[in-house]
Amino acid sequence: MSRIKSCFDALRRDKRKALIPYVTAGDPQPDVTVSLMHAMVEAGADIIELGVPFSDPMADGPVIQAACERALKHHVSLRNVLGMVREFRTRNGHTPVVLMGYLNPVEVMGYAEFARAADEAGVDGVLTVDLPPEEAEALVTELRTRHLDTIFLLAPTSSAERIARICAMASGFVYYVSLKGVTGVASIDVSTVATKLQQIRALTDLPIGVGFGIKDAASAAQVAAVADAVVVGSTLVKKVGEFAGQPEKIEKEVVSLLAEMRRAIDAVK
Amino acid sequence: MSIKAKAINTNSLPDANGHFGPYGGRFIPETLMGPVEELRQAYEDLRNDPAFLAELDRDLAQFVGRPSPLYHAERWSKQLGGAQIYLKREDLNHTGAHKINNTVGQALLARHMGKTRVIAETGAGQHGVASATVAARFGMECVVYMGSEDIKRQAINVYRMKLLGAEVVPVESGSKTLKDALNEAMRDWVTNIDNTFYIIGTVAGPHPYPMMVRDFQAIIGREARAQILDQAGRLPDALVACVGGGSNAIGLFHPFLSDTGVAMYGVEAAGEGLETEHHAATLCKGRPGVLHGNRTYLIEDADGQIIETHSISAGLDYPGVGPEHAWLKDSGRATYVAITDDEALAAFHALTRTEGIMPALESSHALAYATKLAPTMDQDKIIIVNLSGRGDKDIHTVAAREGIKV
Repeated sequence: MSRIKSCFDALRRDKRKALIPYVTAGDPQPDVTVSLMHAMVEAGADIIELGVPFSDPMADGPVIQAACERALKHHVSLRNVLGMVREFRTRNGHTPVVLMGYLNPVEVMGYAEFARAADEAGVDGVLTVDLPPEEAEALVTELRTRHLDTIFLLAPTSSAERIARICAMASGFVYYVSLKGVTGVASIDVSTVATKLQQIRALTDLPIGVGFGIKDAASAAQVAAVADAVVVGSTLVKKVGEFAGQPEKIEKEVVSLLAEMRRAIDAVK
Repeated sequence: MSIKAKAINTNSLPDANGHFGPYGGRFIPETLMGPVEELRQAYEDLRNDPAFLAELDRDLAQFVGRPSPLYHAERWSKQLGGAQIYLKREDLNHTGAHKINNTVGQALLARHMGKTRVIAETGAGQHGVASATVAARFGMECVVYMGSEDIKRQAINVYRMKLLGAEVVPVESGSKTLKDALNEAMRDWVTNIDNTFYIIGTVAGPHPYPMMVRDFQAIIGREARAQILDQAGRLPDALVACVGGGSNAIGLFHPFLSDTGVAMYGVEAAGEGLETEHHAATLCKGRPGVLHGNRTYLIEDADGQIIETHSISAGLDYPGVGPEHAWLKDSGRATYVAITDDEALAAFHALTRTEGIMPALESSHALAYATKLAPTMDQDKIIIVNLSGRGDKDIHTVAAREGIKV
């Protein structure tokens, strides 16, 4: 069984909701990331979403764009990111790690080689932002061969037909993008999200994570009341950016934000 | 140099999912699938609708000034001592380039879809100006995304867009050039999909853009084909057009794809030379990958990060290329070559002095290749060069390059 499935099964048994922090790998410098991943686990992260830096992050707002640029100044490549996961795994064998990124670096490495290397490094799932199901078959086949979960986005504009099609290709969980827009810009409207999640639940048994627009503990708690997992990205990455010049302080800042969200989520029954 | 042309049926492409062989398609976040599908549906409904096509034809005639002439550059041909060169005068269109053919079409489509706001990306500013122009005419709000580096290089076009009522938004991310402007326009679109139409300026992006922009630009080739039959009594032996994203080249090439005796040459920017890292010759030097919603050739580093390109002509300075060109290259139907900054400049001067026509630096790349090709062909052979834009916008670049203060 995949680490992601075990993770969600355990959370369901305990009636808890998953907290999934996102950070861009190598931001603001490569030596920060692995230690930050461990610190996030200690602060209550159930799954870690690790962003693979890309020069043209079309779906991301200014915060994550800037994170990509900081990481790319250090030439952080997909292979470097896999190296970070491998290092993380030497001390953590249970927390699922999902890579989130864009297709082109994977194209360059080759689908089969990427699947092999990701599996070997200890990656559990892959979310390729610019790969809709229509184009995804070849990569999904390779990832499945290695028992890696394939995570897809669902949007407010996804029709019932598309939701069904996407969920048929997805495994691990599905990621509902809570608003029309890019990462980290607007704020979430929880009642609209709740309505859409009902529609999605009618079409799949997969756990549903919700992200884009969760800015604080209060909105995290609101989302936790309706979703299976709360994905927090830009809020954390913004903090990383603020302390890019003092990397030794990043862990403490991110951990404090995350711990606050953890408490708020756990208070939801 | 030999004139080559293979028989392949390329007219049925793209397929239903927007693929040209392995290229094209839709590589976009799920958040954009809704609006892109809405656009595809609207275009599918209108592309063969007689009333829409009549509206488009009327605008192309009365607003753009079509048909553009096909001009036999007799003196220049004689000087080069080979094939006869005919120039398709897209520089004479309203706003001075071929870009308006596409923006008129997309603006009409936007109006049919009930959109009140249009957005566009621009590099040199030509597509931005063409978009601002049609927005002004239809009374639509217009926002143009432009890299802050390009804004510095193209101050006059920025002012032109503002005069037309457009808001020009500087893009500070990435390399601060065209590719980043395209990313930013996509981000705007996904945020404002309810009222906004995204006018992409070239034959790239997710399906249906490469097909739709090609269809709107194919007026160039349809006219040229009829004009050369009328003037010379036969089809040309070769077509030559510059390729950045590739919209003017596809526009010229597409109506000739089934004419197997017509060779096609797409001319990329070799910048400071193909052996240097300062060029924008995507098809000549790049490799296939995925960017801006489609699979095509890209200029990228070993890790798959997109890298900055260089050309003296801002309109060719793009690290991708339309997917149909990628397909035409692989299938052998078209040949892609590259011309350096210096060669393009020499052609700019030659045409200006010999024919009294000042070409855009983009088009000068096509002209420069024609100066190499023509002498290898007999005098009874015919080359059509797409003169995609006029050179007024470039005189500051030319002057600065030659150490002259204007």
